[in-house]
Amino acid sequence: MKLNAIFRATAVAALLGATALSTAVYAAEVPAGTKLAATQVFKYRVLDNIRALDPQLAEDVDTAYVVNQLFEGLYNEDAQGNPVPGAAESYTANADFTVYTFKLRDAKWSNGDPVTAGDFVYGWQRAVDPALASTYAYYLGLVNVVNADDIVAGKLPLTDLGIKAIDDKTLEVSLKAPTPWFVKTLAHSTLFAAHKATIDKFGADWTKPENIVSNGSYILTENSPGERVVVKRNPNYWDNAKTVIDEVQFLTINSEDQGLTRWRAGEVDQTDVPAGQYPALKAELPDQTFSVPQFCTYYFSVNMTDSAPDALKKKEVRQALNLAIDRDVIVNNVLQGGQVPAYSFTNPNTSGFQMPEIPAASMTQADRDAKAKELVAAAGYGPDNPITLDYIYNTSEAHKKIATVVGQMWKEKLGVTLNLADMEFAILSDMRHEQNYQLARNAWCGDYNEASTFLSLHDSKSEQNDSGWANADVDKLLADAKVAADPNPMYKQIEAIAAEEVPIMPVYFYSKVFMQKPTIKGWPYNNVEQIWYAKDMYITE
Amino acid sequence: MIVFIFKRLAIAIPTLLVLIAISFVLMKIAPGTPFSGDKAIPKEVLANIYARYGLDKPEWQQLLEYIWNIVVNFDFGPSFKYRDRTVNEIIAQGFPITLTYGIWSFVVATTVGITLGVLAAIRHNSWLDYLAVGFGIGAQVVPNFVLAPLLVLVFTLWLHWLPGGGWNDGHWSNVILPVIALSTTFFANIARITRSSMLEVLHSNFIRTARAKGMPGWQVILKHALKPALLPVISYLGPVLVGMITGSVVVDLYFSTGGIGQWFVNSALGRDYSTVLGITILLGALTIAANLVVDVLYAWIDPKIRY
Repeated sequence: MKLNAIFRATAVAALLGATALSTAVYAAEVPAGTKLAATQVFKYRVLDNIRALDPQLAEDVDTAYVVNQLFEGLYNEDAQGNPVPGAAESYTANADFTVYTFKLRDAKWSNGDPVTAGDFVYGWQRAVDPALASTYAYYLGLVNVVNADDIVAGKLPLTDLGIKAIDDKTLEVSLKAPTPWFVKTLAHSTLFAAHKATIDKFGADWTKPENIVSNGSYILTENSPGERVVVKRNPNYWDNAKTVIDEVQFLTINSEDQGLTRWRAGEVDQTDVPAGQYPALKAELPDQTFSVPQFCTYYFSVNMTDSAPDALKKKEVRQALNLAIDRDVIVNNVLQGGQVPAYSFTNPNTSGFQMPEIPAASMTQADRDAKAKELVAAAGYGPDNPITLDYIYNTSEAHKKIATVVGQMWKEKLGVTLNLADMEFAILSDMRHEQNYQLARNAWCGDYNEASTFLSLHDSKSEQNDSGWANADVDKLLADAKVAADPNPMYKQIEAIAAEEVPIMPVYFYSKVFMQKPTIKGWPYNNVEQIWYAKDMYITE
Repeated sequence: MIVFIFKRLAIAIPTLLVLIAISFVLMKIAPGTPFSGDKAIPKEVLANIYARYGLDKPEWQQLLEYIWNIVVNFDFGPSFKYRDRTVNEIIAQGFPITLTYGIWSFVVATTVGITLGVLAAIRHNSWLDYLAVGFGIGAQVVPNFVLAPLLVLVFTLWLHWLPGGGWNDGHWSNVILPVIALSTTFFANIARITRSSMLEVLHSNFIRTARAKGMPGWQVILKHALKPALLPVISYLGPVLVGMITGSVVVDLYFSTGGIGQWFVNSALGRDYSTVLGITILLGALTIAANLVVDVLYAWIDPKIRY
């Protein structure tokens, strides 16, 4: 195949492109003749979970949305999810992608201080500092920054982290393995800069509106958790002249139905579509109802450890259960929001990823069902020796519907009885991490746009391996993929082994369904990670 | 009277301590931790987090230190979920919001409820009585989680008169809908209780005597009938007041006010131990205080209770 060649070409292009990128402009692109609205205020609905607006502590999506307006990393993402220069102007990497050198632009903090390479060194050291105890501390190790894991474990001092300020405007990052995709990980807030003087002075209070110093396109003016967060444009931002939106309001609305009502009343510009209402809304308001791919996969985790019931220990049974899930029914009749059936784990929108050819994906459902019946019979189960399994999920209408439908499919096709138990999310996630279940609802969203963000979950040593699946071949392939010029062949093999062994049953790839007022322009519909910057948007009359 | 108040206070403090201990234990035995999430946190990171919050110490030590900090420093500790906030800050921010619309709701519910109840009793079996009773029952059968969306539909979406949520620093337009949603059930109850108790009083001998000696009707009502008629209402008002400023979970969640009820639910679901405990203690203390006030009021109105 030519995959190798294509990948190399892309990598080289990315490398060469670095200089070219530095001259391009990433800001709101308002076509000539556009009539802009007099008040440029974007009102965005969030759930009640805006936590500390601290880049190194932010962990959930809604908080990240706010942090992305307030702070800026070395590289941002464009509307397609490609890296574009942010606080850095350009970068160079060595031949094997283990040392990256970033050239910082002349940017300022909101208090007028220059943004220096030292601010990034401080921010990154802060992220892995055991004293800060960030839940995302492991992110630096995940993206291969030298010594990150040992510093988190308290074995090495902060200063041993693989990041160094050569001078005020030059930053050098050392990686423990070749990482051609490293630049794609930089839009994550864990890797943002932090303003040391402010943090030293105010401690945990530094993120309060009256104290905060940030380097993004907006500054925090109000933070009333549970009600609203307001940010206004930062006059010290390096590209402020091209910013159009003056203010972003993040309004907490807990219920999606309430969100929709207030969206209709014009109180918010953008809100999520309540489950099951997409087809009706799309028919009513086709131009304001959106369904875009999202970087997440919905799946059932299978307990692969000794604590699993005997039936699940048989590969044939796992395969049969997996085959008998009619994904089309779930996607088209239950969810109805533009989701895509999944037969493999890695999200198809992952950049540079070649979708593996999973046999089940190309079969008809009738064929899958027939094969499933054969497999169950071959495993010694049937009407006189029926299978009964337990499934756990976190309380939600949508999860319940899916569980019920799958239970019905298994009952009708295979005679399997599925007992459902719903619970709070905190309990579910603990039970999954401890393999204290038989089958469990699960989902994963990529942390960065490369396949390892999904497939590393199959690593037997991964904290995120809820199945407890240990496969030596997979571990080896993952290790090889890390140092390969083109990891796609390894990824394909891992997906093939996973499809054969069924430690997880992929169900569908997410889509994000939302309502948006037609006056909002510049939203990055094609950014599967849903990373958006208000500075790239504008509002028309 | 003073002795009576002191006696009640002496019982209140141990009650509160027991409440803290029980809540603490319940919180700890509930499955899940503040750090449970989709993404499992590596052991090393988790160890750092536990060390930071003192969760690595024995449980009994955590409880004692927790109580000690509250008693000595009035410090409810840091929130585990909102890492730039202490529980004191969360309460200081959320409680005034809940208190504002809670007190307004209380005022509305008692004024409307008592007026309606008294009028219905005086004009017994008139159209006013039927209207009051009908309205009362209607208001009672519509729970606030049904009423809130209805209000938003009518006043926000159709009429565009009032915002459908948010707090906006307590602007009057943001306060009205929560107050209606919260006070409706309560004023219906108050009206009902006032009416039946008033009817009973109006049929008693001392009212007949007052009327017989030629006292004007309004004076009979205000001077003689109202005070005894309000006794059952007052015993109901204690829980109502607490209900208004604490049981506002639905209103908080629905109108996204940022009030304490919203924090209570979210921190319980998120296992934010310190925040749940802090709010539990606040609500417990308020409940005890409100009951104390009711007892005192009762004792003042009815001397039999004092002894």
